[in-house]
Amino acid sequence: MRLTSLARLLGAALLTTAATSAMAGEVVVSAAASLTNAFKDAAQSYEAQYPGSKVSLNFAASGVLLQQIVKGAPVDVFASADQETMDTAQKEGLVLPADRHDFVSNSLVLIVPSDSKLAIRNLNDLTQKSVTRVAIANPASVPVGRYSEGALKKANLWDGVQAKAISTQNVRQSLDYVARGEVDAGFVYGTDAAIMKDKVKVVYEVPLEAPVLYPIATIKGSTNALEAKRFVDYLRTKPAQAILAKYGFKKP
Amino acid sequence: MDIAWTALALSLKVAAWATALNLLLGIGTGYLLARTRFPGRDLLDAILTLPMVMPPTVLGYYLLVLLGRRGTFGIWLQEHFGINLIFTWQGAVIAATIVAFPLVFKPARAAFEAVDGQLEQAARVLGISELAIFFRVTLPLAWRGILAGVLLGFVRALGEFGATLMVAGSIPGKTQTLSVAVYEAVQAGQDEVANKLVLITSLVCIVVLLAAGKLAPGRIVHK
Repeated sequence: MRLTSLARLLGAALLTTAATSAMAGEVVVSAAASLTNAFKDAAQSYEAQYPGSKVSLNFAASGVLLQQIVKGAPVDVFASADQETMDTAQKEGLVLPADRHDFVSNSLVLIVPSDSKLAIRNLNDLTQKSVTRVAIANPASVPVGRYSEGALKKANLWDGVQAKAISTQNVRQSLDYVARGEVDAGFVYGTDAAIMKDKVKVVYEVPLEAPVLYPIATIKGSTNALEAKRFVDYLRTKPAQAILAKYGFKKP
Repeated sequence: MDIAWTALALSLKVAAWATALNLLLGIGTGYLLARTRFPGRDLLDAILTLPMVMPPTVLGYYLLVLLGRRGTFGIWLQEHFGINLIFTWQGAVIAATIVAFPLVFKPARAAFEAVDGQLEQAARVLGISELAIFFRVTLPLAWRGILAGVLLGFVRALGEFGATLMVAGSIPGKTQTLSVAVYEAVQAGQDEVANKLVLITSLVCIVVLLAAGKLAPGRIVHK
């Protein structure tokens, strides 16, 4: 008796959740880890503007998000921290060229713990003996890792620094390791460094050959295409632009 | 060497060290809790079992905060021994040891409790020293139960992922164990590498389980 009523209750609960998730109005947005704070804020203001709408945010390294989408994750909008990842998405037929555009830009910076006593002022200083650990995101799946690797290679420092590299899963992990003082220095975006101003300090803005441009796109075959497009368009509006700017993102 | 074999070698090394440590720690505490009574014994047992029920990420965080460059214990280690455990394979050993500990300690305690006290009493009457009684009577009688736990602990240590990733990171050739390498390969979309790693991991686990069946035979089948 008890069991059957429990089963009924469970069944009803499951049905309700299934029904809500299938309801129109929910957009699943997969966004680069560096967009975490800004997108949480922007999604809130979007939901306030369109009552009944719901934005589900999924943050990780862009490469990881891409793999999820490739393997069939039900994602409606994808924002990556580099062109390469979005290019792959396009090549895989997940994104149409017409549906993507660059919406913000960022900078690559070298940070150290704010109480660091090491003399790190530029990339060259990373080769000093006193510098033993440098947080660099894994270039295979994280854009900031590729930007960092590229800059170090261009400066002919990659071989020297690679041995000290602590490979991280995404840019926020690099930020966390520097903030905790577990590493001597790390590569993150300017916007990441800004959210932990009390714990890390920027010692060098790394010049890059190509700027850090974030593309955003609706995913082809999204079951919620209209809503997805409305969210992407919303990010172009004044209030959304103000939120992105508040977190340090620049116009592309 | 190929990334898969490097990761396998490292995983085996970490699991072997963790198991060796747990053999000592698990038998020691298992015996202590089985044979002595003191206030707070149940609480201690609960605390020692915690790693089994707590999410590995929670353990990883504890370890990172404790052993890190700014952690109480981390600072102490650094000052007295110049040791830094974070991002080292030794750090991975610590994570794996703690995660697998309850799997060794629990069966060990149960095995010691199941040993017939009369047999030890008999040895005592014969004038054998307490140490000799432990090694020649108690331990051999409890051994099968302990071994089962040790093997479980070994496979658990071999597959440790969450706490290891947080404490030791993922440095290829240094701290990138099999399970972490699988995660990295999948994240980067390197399915071929992932397939190979998954195959190796599965094979190793099957071999260990078969070995476990051989080493601890019996159950009630042969009765």
